[in-house]
This record gives sequence, C-alpha cells and structure tokens, in this order.
Amino acid sequence: MRSFSLIDFVSLFAALRWTVALVVLALAFGAPLALGLALGRISRFAGLRWAMAACIQVIQSVPLLGLLFFFYFGMPVFLGIQVPALIAVTVAYTLYTAAFLGEIWRGGLEAVKQAQWEAGACLGLSAWQQFRHIIAPQALRMSLPPTVGFLVQLIKGTSLASILGFVELARAGQVVSAATFQPLLTYALVAAIYFALCLPLTLWSRSLEARLDGSR
Amino acid sequence: MALVEIRDVHKTFGKVEVLKGVSLDVEEGEIVTIIGRSGSGKSTLLRCINALESVDSGEIRVEGQTVHARMPDLKKFRQRVGIVFQAFNLFPHLKVERNITLAPLLTGRIDKAKARALAADVLTRVGLADKIDAWPEQLSGGQQQRVAIARCLAMAPHLMLFDEVTSALDPELVGEVLKVMEAMAKQGMTMILVTHEMGFARNVANRIVFMHQGRVWEQGPPAKLFANPETPELASFIASAK
Repeated sequence: MRSFSLIDFVSLFAALRWTVALVVLALAFGAPLALGLALGRISRFAGLRWAMAACIQVIQSVPLLGLLFFFYFGMPVFLGIQVPALIAVTVAYTLYTAAFLGEIWRGGLEAVKQAQWEAGACLGLSAWQQFRHIIAPQALRMSLPPTVGFLVQLIKGTSLASILGFVELARAGQVVSAATFQPLLTYALVAAIYFALCLPLTLWSRSLEARLDGSR
Repeated sequence: MALVEIRDVHKTFGKVEVLKGVSLDVEEGEIVTIIGRSGSGKSTLLRCINALESVDSGEIRVEGQTVHARMPDLKKFRQRVGIVFQAFNLFPHLKVERNITLAPLLTGRIDKAKARALAADVLTRVGLADKIDAWPEQLSGGQQQRVAIARCLAMAPHLMLFDEVTSALDPELVGEVLKVMEAMAKQGMTMILVTHEMGFARNVANRIVFMHQGRVWEQGPPAKLFANPETPELASFIASAK
C-alpha cells in the first residue's frame, strides 16, 4: 500500500481522455443516426415510421451493458466475427445514443405545429428549406434540455466500458483506490471530475436555450 | 380566360364529401368573398386552390395551369399564390424582418442587399414599418396578421387567398386588418376571401359566393345578393349573420 500522490491524480486525469473519447465517438456517429431515426419517425411513409420505431424500441429496451456484451462477446459467438474492443464499444454507444437522441429529437420536431410546415410550403419553400429554416431551429430549442440531460447520462454511462478493459475515469478510480487503499478520497475525486465535466454542459445548455429564444 | 377556373370539383375527407361539384371563375383584379356556414366547404375550397389539399375529381386552373399537389412546379406556383391563415402562422423564432425576407431570399427572388428594403416596403404597405425589428410575440394579433399579409406581399403574388383572417382576432383589432385588405383591393390585387365579416363582404367585394352543403348555392354582386337572396338558405344565413 502507498499513499495517494500526484501520480494517482494524473492517472485519473489521463483516464479522462477515454471517457471523453467515448463520448465524442458516440456523438460523432450517433447524432447523425439519431437525426435519421427522428426524421424516419415523422415520415409520411408508415412502413418507415414503423421500422424506425421498432429499432428505437429494441435498442432502448436492452441495457447498455447488454449492448456492450453483445457487440464484444456476442459477435464472435453468433457471427464468428472477432470485434476489436474499440469498435465494439463505439457501435454499442453509437446505437445507444442514436436511439435515445432520436426519440428526443422526434419529440422536438413533432412539438412544432404542422401549420409551420404549411406556412413554409405556402411561401414556395422546399421541404428541406422548411425543415432547415423553420422547423429545425424551433425543434432544437425545445429539444435542448433533454438532449443535454442525455449527454450527461452518456458521460456517466461510459464507465461501463471499463468492463471491456477500457481504463476510463471510473476504472482508473478503481485501480487507484486499490493501490492507495483510499477509496473515499479517490472516488470523491472521481465524482468531482465527473461533476466538473457535466456542470459546464448544463450551464452551456441554459445559455444556448436563452440565446435560441431571443424573443423572451 | 379567367385567372382562376374551378370546374366541378369534388373533395372527400374520410366518408364526408366536403365539396360536391364546385364550379367558379375568378377574373383578374376581382375580389370574391366566399360566405357560408361552418362546414360548407369554404376553407377546403381555398386550400384546394393553393394545392394544400388535392381534389378528388374536377379541375382547378390558375393562370391556365392545372393545380394539384404533385404539379411539377408547385413551389413556383405557390410563390405566385399567397395565402393568409386564421392563425397567422408567423415563424416565432425569427424577427419580423426575417419572417418576411426568408422566402424571397431562399427562393432567389431577391438578394441579401435588397432584403431589408423589401421588408420595409411591404411593412409600410401594412402600416407596420416601425415593427421591422420586433419579434412576432411582441405584436398584437392584428399586427401579427398584418405581418403575415406583408410576408405574402413580399413574394409579389398574382393572387391572394384569405382564410378567415380576422376570426382569431379581438373585435377591436379586426378593423386594422380589414383596412389593409381594402387597400390591397384598391391596388388591383386579385383576392379570394373566406370571411364572416359581412360588412367587408358587402363594401369591398365585387362578388359574393354563398356556399352551402359543399356547393356554390348562390352568387352575385353584394348589393343584389344581400338585398334579394334567391334561396331560403341564403336568406336565413344573412338573417343569422346580422
């Protein structure tokens, strides 16, 4: 046993890069997919709406841990494909992000009155122009608080990647705690780092919300 | 050739036949007011003229072009036919100027340098030049409706449709909107209005069309129609509207 030192502190911060990397990967691939799912959910084609709803339902019903296990341990068993850990976690977090954000954004899009689409159409705008300039900005403002709420969930959810061997923040906390035998101090630090990561997001979302809603 | 030609138009929603063979011509520069009880098909007819609803059978032609939801240049067509709604439908996230200039800019009608001047011009025409930098929700209902009219005018339409544009307004705000519409009528704009404002219909319209049970029941110049209704349905409608 040794005492808690600067090295432990640094190793916690070093592990933070995996936490951030996993969040960035999940958003980079998950957000475009989420937009696709959201648009599919409000499509006028019933088949597409149904298919997107089914995808979202399945992914949301499986625990994140289950998704991680499936893509890392399940793929070799079911499909005979050995998936590298990074790919497995990226796919799992991407799907998780897409399903939840997709549903949040669908709610935002549907909260904008149908008459707003109609008003745009009547001025001779294309469907894309209506979406881009009239619907999306209004939906974005309404979706912002739950989107940031999900982002905070995602940041904390990256701790599950430790199961596949990723030494991200939570796993680094475990390691440091075992080495220093100071769990209270170590986990308090880990919690403080998570907090420091999430708080600016919440503050940023509030200011963005105010800015997007310039009329009030 | 009339600007708008409507021939034997039928339209059904579910099991309800809303339009049962409507025929109507509107000449260029004419102001036609459609009156009738709720559910008589007035608003549906107006929405069909702008291809917001497609007709089941019959034909609508505007400037000689057949109108339907899948017409090849629907976007261009809609730039020529403005519609103003009961609920204004301004874009709440955009200031008045941007509400007006969004479509002209995106459709390439004007460039950025001329946008503000265009907004100022159409706002002057509806008496709201000082509101160019306001947010929609800072305006009264009457002002919002005038901005909605200005937004249509910015596209320089050949035909304007008004769908009960004063119905959602407090009584004291109705006058300001009607005044704007009257001024447009004097400038020669072709207008088709669905309205419950009998005074406006009587004083400004060239022709009144009374719709009843999905049909054009009676039509003619306001003076004649209001003084000598030919059908008992119109007589009772006029009596109830007084």
